[in-house]
Amino acid sequence: MSVKEIISKYPPEKSYLLMMLQEIQNNNEKNYIPEDALQNVAAYLNMTMGSIYGVVSYYSMLSLKPRGKYILRVCASPVCELVDDSLLSWLTEQLNVSVGGTTVDGLFTLETTECLGRCASAPAIMINNETYTNINTARLETLISELRMK
Amino acid sequence: MKETRIALANLGKIRPESIEDYLESGGYKVLEKAVTIDPESLTKEIEDAGLRGRGGAGFPAGTKSRFSRLSCDICPEKYVVCNADEGEPGTFKDRIIMENDPHLLLEGMLIAAYIIGASKGYIYIRGEYTESINRVSAAIEQARERNILGNKIFGSEFSCDIEIRLGAGSYLCGEELTLLESLEGKRGYPRIKPPFPAEKGLFGKPTLVNNVETLAHYPSIIQNGAAWYNHLGTEKSPGTKIFTISGKVNNPGFLEVETGVTLRELIFDFGGGIKDGKKFKAALLGGAAGTFVDESMLDVPLGYDTLKEKNLTLGSGAIMILDEDDSVTKVLHNALRFFKHESCGKCVPCRVGCKQLLILMDRINEEYDPEAVQALEEEAKYMAATSLCPLGQSPILPIASAKRFFNIAAAE
Repeated sequence: MSVKEIISKYPPEKSYLLMMLQEIQNNNEKNYIPEDALQNVAAYLNMTMGSIYGVVSYYSMLSLKPRGKYILRVCASPVCELVDDSLLSWLTEQLNVSVGGTTVDGLFTLETTECLGRCASAPAIMINNETYTNINTARLETLISELRMK
Repeated sequence: MKETRIALANLGKIRPESIEDYLESGGYKVLEKAVTIDPESLTKEIEDAGLRGRGGAGFPAGTKSRFSRLSCDICPEKYVVCNADEGEPGTFKDRIIMENDPHLLLEGMLIAAYIIGASKGYIYIRGEYTESINRVSAAIEQARERNILGNKIFGSEFSCDIEIRLGAGSYLCGEELTLLESLEGKRGYPRIKPPFPAEKGLFGKPTLVNNVETLAHYPSIIQNGAAWYNHLGTEKSPGTKIFTISGKVNNPGFLEVETGVTLRELIFDFGGGIKDGKKFKAALLGGAAGTFVDESMLDVPLGYDTLKEKNLTLGSGAIMILDEDDSVTKVLHNALRFFKHESCGKCVPCRVGCKQLLILMDRINEEYDPEAVQALEEEAKYMAATSLCPLGQSPILPIASAKRFFNIAAAE
């Protein structure tokens, strides 16, 4: 779906802003909100680029920079850390990226997230919009190779 | 362990994606009855029940409802907002309700809307809760098809629609005034209060903001009466509460029980004891904005008032368990990292304070430094006294309680 099509699904009200931005981002191959999309939204909602930039830059799920096809978000909450604190360093090593970075093949971006609310089956990780629980390095290895094959 | 289920009454008994199942189990019957009763009697019922906000602060829900109803009672525009921006570390009770019984939430919200005279409701769900978003969206569609959401609900003069809005990754947006800012399409900055939402809330109009679990109690209270509800649990925090147990127990999970249950029961009966046969060391009650306890507090009845008497907090009902080999200091460090990450930067005490707390934590992690521990508590006290919103006011809770029961030190 094009940016214009997404925008026109919503009434021109500011309360839809975050939902519009998320849908634009989810439909973007590189999982981010390009500047021209932002300009379109700003014009549609009669906002200045400054104020819309202020909103986008505040929320951790929104990105203004191109990212990988898959966003790996490792839960950094105290519970997940208590149960297994090795996932992030393992991923950093395996994917050869630091937190916030994207792999050279453009496939994965490594991020952290605050509590995902899966504490009874910690540790948890989100890949794009899906949450995976009871994660360990062996399962991560499988998940990553499956995504590579897709 | 004996559970008493109100918010989770239908858990496992109905298919959450089926409105037919909900209707067959008696769903929306309370709403049908409620819209024939005058709002004042309903408000009184919620007040007399003694229901307290389940989001964490424990403010009396009846009082909040009354303020919102009486605030400008001729205003054509009023709103009910459901706070489903669950983000307190260790908490997932609202997710369980939304995923398993989304219609109960809608019914509770519609009753709340009828009481205060609102014709529009918003459910603000955190963006990470994909299943909750899908379940609640589907439930809204089903309710609209049957005109349970819509005009002249059940043939009454009451009309109301409910829509979903999504968060995008901000803990602070779970604070009610910040949530309203975010709902209006702005940065998640807290508002100065007063005015409270009942007076000037969403789009400047009178608004009632309630947590998912709180709203899920409305139908049962109206159906069974205040006296029934008031009889459950402790005297000053009546009713049931969902607890989410995580960390080093054999069976982590969630359960709904009457308030007044003890930590010992939750850990050793429900939780099956400490993992790998180890000893209990600490529990963190209420998430990052919560308090640590040691074994001396295992038999305190859990309620907003009973814990407050001991300078502790129930918060969201999150209970995180540490065993004898775990480090309270490490968990505290993570909680303070969390606050720094989520601090919005609007007010100075929190923006600068959260950073200072982490610098002090780094000093403590390098070597035992009683001066740094003292400074950590002092700093958090200043923050609690001067910060604009609950985020900056919270670090004192885990810090002071960790210091009270344990030793904040690298080699603790």
